[in-house]
Amino acid sequence: MRTLSPRTLTLLSATFLAFLLTACGSQPPAPEQNPSGVESRSPSVIETTPISPATTTPGEAIDPLSMKALRDPNSPLSKRSIYFDFDSYVVKDEYQSLLVAHSKFLAAHANMKMLIQGNADERGSREYNLALGQKRSDAIKKALSLLGISESQMESVSLGEEKPTCTEATEECWAQNRRGDILYSGEF
Amino acid sequence: MKIQSFFLACAACCGLSITSAHAQLRVEITGAGANRLPIAIADFAGDRAITQGLTSVIRTDLDGSGMFRLIDGVGTLSDNPNPPFADLRQRGADAVAGGTTMASNNGRFETRVRLSDVIKQNTLDMQAYVHTGAQLRATAHRIADAIYEKLTGEPGVFSTRIAYVVKSTGRFELQIADADGANAQPALASREPIISPAWSPDGSKLAYVSFEAKKPIIYIHDLATAKRHVAANFKGSNSAPAWAPDGKRLAVVLTKEGGSQLFLVNADGSGVKRLASSSGIDTEPRFSPDGQFIYFTSDRGGSPQIYRIAATGGTVERITFDGSYNVTARPSPDGKSLAYIARNNGRFQLSLMDLATKQTQILTDSSKDESPSFAPNGRMILYATEIGGRGVLAAVSSDGRVKQKLSVQAADVREPAWGPLVK
Repeated sequence: MRTLSPRTLTLLSATFLAFLLTACGSQPPAPEQNPSGVESRSPSVIETTPISPATTTPGEAIDPLSMKALRDPNSPLSKRSIYFDFDSYVVKDEYQSLLVAHSKFLAAHANMKMLIQGNADERGSREYNLALGQKRSDAIKKALSLLGISESQMESVSLGEEKPTCTEATEECWAQNRRGDILYSGEF
Repeated sequence: MKIQSFFLACAACCGLSITSAHAQLRVEITGAGANRLPIAIADFAGDRAITQGLTSVIRTDLDGSGMFRLIDGVGTLSDNPNPPFADLRQRGADAVAGGTTMASNNGRFETRVRLSDVIKQNTLDMQAYVHTGAQLRATAHRIADAIYEKLTGEPGVFSTRIAYVVKSTGRFELQIADADGANAQPALASREPIISPAWSPDGSKLAYVSFEAKKPIIYIHDLATAKRHVAANFKGSNSAPAWAPDGKRLAVVLTKEGGSQLFLVNADGSGVKRLASSSGIDTEPRFSPDGQFIYFTSDRGGSPQIYRIAATGGTVERITFDGSYNVTARPSPDGKSLAYIARNNGRFQLSLMDLATKQTQILTDSSKDESPSFAPNGRMILYATEIGGRGVLAAVSSDGRVKQKLSVQAADVREPAWGPLVK
């Protein structure tokens, strides 16, 4: 009986994830019901549907460029966050090896897409902070395109100040929120 | 102000059902206008269960506006054309409203209200309202609007609605409430953030930015049908929707061509075209009420400042020069002034600029003000701020004298948007 190699399985699962992404990504999640309007004073409301991330099982041997490497704590691919200085939109040199690892992964998986989410600290206007987060995700995208990754494989977006990992009003906390995060197909 | 306790009592006595478990906004008023007109709102004649609810809301509306000083203790007055003018004058009232509520057909009520000038001893206005018991608050707001307009010459905004976002643990809700914070209803609930709600000029729709797809996408949500469509979902971020006064187009911020840049898009999502170009950030567009200009925030000069461009594109004019952080421009309904957020010594404060003289005034003493929104008559500015680490809504009159706070217990409230006048 013919069996599929782990490599083929990896590619297949990547294709499936990419398919899932295309299937769900382009349209907004449909309302679960057709609720009546606010005008009627009924409590009906549109509920958005969350997207659940892919899972992995620990303890197996992992191909350094495989999908599982994305979640292997020993792989540089599990490092997904790039931190920025205050009022800065420059990717620091210390992240070069991380970006190289991710560019190799993207090159090996032409059907995988990367979403880069930029973030900003909470001070000031939400929309202006959204634009500042975009400058950070754009900087990461540019660094990756300099490493040969096609623009079509990447999307840079911003979450502004809306998804802080740290919520205290301290400089230490703000620094953690001045960040870009890398997500792959199936994770967003 | 005990809006909430009144509402509960009223709901109990009128058989209203409380349809929502969501906490009501609690309104608290501090400060008052300089020259408040003394007015008596008499107890109306008729079924006390109805009239008490009506007059209580009318009084709260007029008092909260900061434009009136309520004269108490005049007792019950019907819509009779001859209220006791001499007594009212002695009590210091310049105007008086009396009314009568009668049972009408099909369980409805008819309320007649007469507004009289106590000094001239004549009738200023006479209106009749047919309503159900459930429309008590709405009817009271309409009566207060009519009184307000007759006595100030400006439309009242008590019947308008506000939109805002409530954040509780792991949940974001876009809610719509009456301008006094009552009748809060969720229009959208999500695990992901919702920002920048903007009312269509006719008040039937809200444009907003939702992060439910892990990136910012602009939706337009029809409130009557609870149906929505995507107005902009391009590669990159889509944000900061602003309606043109004709309701047909929106100015939006897209990053699809690199950087945060201004575009115009039809309300159905078609016809996207670029409005302005810069090498930096352009965001937070807002049309002038006449539709001629678009005010926006840009860092093209090195720091975020407010600029404007003709709605047809062209040259860009810088509006703010003082300080290194001036954002979120909101032109007043008459187009003469601009509310915005200025950073002063690290504090983000609501400020107002007279566009003709360029004179500016800081309207608050808080330090985390965001998202100003004019009442449709231009009298008050609603904004988000923070008290004790919690997001609250506050409103201040455009002369800085009257201040209100609206808060929801145990939740963060932000991103207020004051809806248009009810036609």
